[in-house]
Amino acid sequence: MEIPVLECRNLSISYYTRQGEVPAVVDFNLRLMPGEAHGIVGESGCGKSTVALAIMNYMGRNGAIVGGEILFEGRDMRTMSAEELRQIRGAKIAMVYQEPMASLNPSMKIAEQLAEVPMYHEGIGEAEALRRAEKMLVQVRLPDPQRIMNSYPHQISGGQQQRVVIAMALLSNPRLLLLDEPTTALDVTVEAGIVDLIKEIARTTGTSLIYISHNLGLILETCTRLTVMYSGEAVESGDIHAVFDEMRHPYTRGLFNSIPLPGADKNSRPLVAIRGQLPLPHARPAGCYFAPRCDHFAAGVCDHRPLPMRAVAEGASHAVRCARFAEIDWAAATLPHTPREKVLAGELVLSVEELTKHYTVESSGAFLVGARRTVKANEQISFAAREAETVAIVGESGCGKSTFAKVLMGLEDATSGRVQLGDLDLANLPVQSRNERTIARLQMIFQNPFDTLNPSHTVGAQISRVIRKFGVERDPEKVEARLNQLLDIIKLPREFAHRRPRQLSGGQKQRIGIARAFAGDPKVVIADEPVSALDVSVQAAVTGLLMDIQRDNRTTLLFISHDLSVVRYLADRVVVMYLGRIMEKGSTEEIFAPPYHPYTEALLAAVPIADTSVRKRRIVLSGEIPSPSNPPKGCPFNTRCLYMMAGTCDAIPPPQREFAAGHVIACHLPRETLLAMEPVISIAPA
Amino acid sequence: MLKLIASRLLQMLLIMVVVSLLLFLIFDSDKFKKQIAVAELGGFAVSALSEQDYEAWLEKKGLNVAFYERYAKWASGVAHGNLGRSFEKNEPVLSLVAERLTNTGILAFWVFALMIPLSLGLGIVAGMKEGSKRDRVVSFVAVFTTSLPEIATAIIVTVVFALGLRWVPANSSMVNGWDWRQLVLPVMTLVLYDFGYVARMTRASMAEVMTSQYIRTAVLKGLPYRRVIMRHALRNALIAPFTIIVLQLNWLLSGVVVVEVFFQYAGFGKLLLDAALFGDVYVIQAATLVAVCVAVVSQIISDVGYTLLNPRIRFG
Repeated sequence: MEIPVLECRNLSISYYTRQGEVPAVVDFNLRLMPGEAHGIVGESGCGKSTVALAIMNYMGRNGAIVGGEILFEGRDMRTMSAEELRQIRGAKIAMVYQEPMASLNPSMKIAEQLAEVPMYHEGIGEAEALRRAEKMLVQVRLPDPQRIMNSYPHQISGGQQQRVVIAMALLSNPRLLLLDEPTTALDVTVEAGIVDLIKEIARTTGTSLIYISHNLGLILETCTRLTVMYSGEAVESGDIHAVFDEMRHPYTRGLFNSIPLPGADKNSRPLVAIRGQLPLPHARPAGCYFAPRCDHFAAGVCDHRPLPMRAVAEGASHAVRCARFAEIDWAAATLPHTPREKVLAGELVLSVEELTKHYTVESSGAFLVGARRTVKANEQISFAAREAETVAIVGESGCGKSTFAKVLMGLEDATSGRVQLGDLDLANLPVQSRNERTIARLQMIFQNPFDTLNPSHTVGAQISRVIRKFGVERDPEKVEARLNQLLDIIKLPREFAHRRPRQLSGGQKQRIGIARAFAGDPKVVIADEPVSALDVSVQAAVTGLLMDIQRDNRTTLLFISHDLSVVRYLADRVVVMYLGRIMEKGSTEEIFAPPYHPYTEALLAAVPIADTSVRKRRIVLSGEIPSPSNPPKGCPFNTRCLYMMAGTCDAIPPPQREFAAGHVIACHLPRETLLAMEPVISIAPA
Repeated sequence: MLKLIASRLLQMLLIMVVVSLLLFLIFDSDKFKKQIAVAELGGFAVSALSEQDYEAWLEKKGLNVAFYERYAKWASGVAHGNLGRSFEKNEPVLSLVAERLTNTGILAFWVFALMIPLSLGLGIVAGMKEGSKRDRVVSFVAVFTTSLPEIATAIIVTVVFALGLRWVPANSSMVNGWDWRQLVLPVMTLVLYDFGYVARMTRASMAEVMTSQYIRTAVLKGLPYRRVIMRHALRNALIAPFTIIVLQLNWLLSGVVVVEVFFQYAGFGKLLLDAALFGDVYVIQAATLVAVCVAVVSQIISDVGYTLLNPRIRFG
């Protein structure tokens, strides 16, 4: 019989803190055969990274394995000496981390960081090690390996850094590769390239993979088996198709219901969030950890232990940790949606005309005079938004979406162009010169709820201040009434007004952020990646809430995001940006169906989708996003475009081609070519 | 880089002009002139002096001309390398300052030569494993020695090593020529006072580096622990202590008055104190210029060194 590469048997890991022992992972089992790719999926705090670090036997001083065993190629790792562990780490088990920039030593050149792996594990000379390192950089498809070798980590882009980390992991031909959220910090088109590389590694080298992610779509693309974790324990595991198509744990079901898959629609099939929140490790319920949030909870069954993993059928590898999985009517539970009516857009509220924002930066050169460069953050942006409409601005890092929000908010002046809010031009009206009414009419929800609330004031005081400041109410009683009303709207208990931000979870803080933005009855709300810092199940709840408030107040929502799945779900119209320019704009249906701009096409193909019935065309862009301070000539996308026409695209800015009223694509390709494009995503018949 | 250095040097000149003007202005007052007279001729002689004789004395000393004329004369002298003469010692300021500066330089050199390896070594050993027994011992000693004021340390080491054990002399005036044994106590006092501060900074920096993700990467690459510390941790951990050590230069030059006076060591700090008490304006001026120069230059060294150690902010 073949020996598994890695086997975790009843593994339990605890951290020792001032509050005593905190179990981080309980009763975890995993069997990984050679060449297999196993996914571990779960939300933050579920213990998935703890498992990875335990496999590496690296848990810090306060963590320890308190039960079970980890067998690597049949040998118990807990009994190995420090020297034996060292020989396995980096040679037989290698790891790729979430933050490539932080994982590389900032003061050492890439060449040395790579070469030391074979030098210390195989005892080969430096020249040979360097040769091998360079060869590996070619294998992870890095252009110009010579230059990369001589660079420091900060001199190359995030995607390139991650490829370097992967090369480092592969240098000694490991038996097992641990990938801990390897693409979470990267842009989606860059992510697609890395995922492609990982799949190729798995195929060609026979290395076993453990792929840890919060993203179900990525797991589907890379793995053959998966384990779903919740609050420190595995709740469901099995073959990937079995789990995706016939999930048998209410939590897994809840996760799938709360991610925007292509079939979801904010009106006809809204997302269903998992209610409640993840219990803290020392406050877990007595029985099933998911019980307080579960719709199928039954007293007397779900509230006591032991609760082992059970195979769904005799001899099946698909197992769940649920006492009632056999009793639940899984077919009936698939459609808990409550459809809503479509909201009709009203009159024009905001119109942006040829908005341009350039920054001048002085590069501090080695000599007395630094060269002046212009960063073209926004270049002739034009679009309009109507009352009660959601307009999404989509793009990857450096596309200028955040600069655009700053100009709108009056934190930056526009270089040229107009931003018309009602009859007021905001383009050159800094926020200090705007009157309270104008400020109240245009509010913002920020990306990171953790940093945007003042930690030393109660959330109630922070919202009340906005209510008074914008003159909505002045009378203390009325201010309080309005505050309570807002808390009701964001579905938080009224007592929360007396809490400080640190007493709230991430999702609750973002609700407060939403209440703050809506406190002054705004006409337009700019939401800058409002849910990207939140967990999947919380995302659905916050998005739902945001849409409900918008619907009731007929607010115009500018939704800035890099996440096309969320955009498809909630936007009415979409603006796709790349390096400061609009590449394509139109209604959501128009953007997600051909004809596409080649960049839109690549973006759509890059988004991982957690649905086994979805077929995608494979489009992987080469290269990295150019720096906005030195954008390519002609069409900014020409350096990565698969349809690039030399002599045209790299010389002349692309023409605006209108395909339907309001659907504009900025591309040199002939109209017929664009019209002949095939859909990127198709749903195979079940 | 050149731009940075040039602008710093320009700043330095500006500071020198402003400070010297201010000092001149203060010492131009009648009160200070009188003080010089008292110091030179004695209090009784001055009070017996007639108005005319006093005027004559002022003229002899060159103190009766208008303030701006004196300043202009002094400034042009400085430009030509002539720093004037000391009122008190009646010798050229230049040679006086140079001699004292050399003495303090010798002191500073030995302090650095002992303090740097000691504090970096202990700081790194402590920071490698935060909270370990070694860390707690080093941290305690460091806090203890740094908390004692220099004067207290000076008294303690004098009592123990000079008066008690009689290993070294208590006085460092070197009246009978150069003697290394007289240097031991001042150096020891300064090292004891200063090493704790640098060691604590090194420890904090090292401890932070040890928790960073790239150290985790290095460990999980399977590198030997030695290599992780020596090659991956050390360079990053030494960036912060380096800048602090260079800035100590400034302190060692003009901040060691207490120690130099206590041990009667003929150094720069003692010169400054004597001159200030006497009202010896040209010596004070020269010493101030030197102090400003050292302060600015040590800052430039620390900035330039920082950019060289830290590739992330290297220019260009």
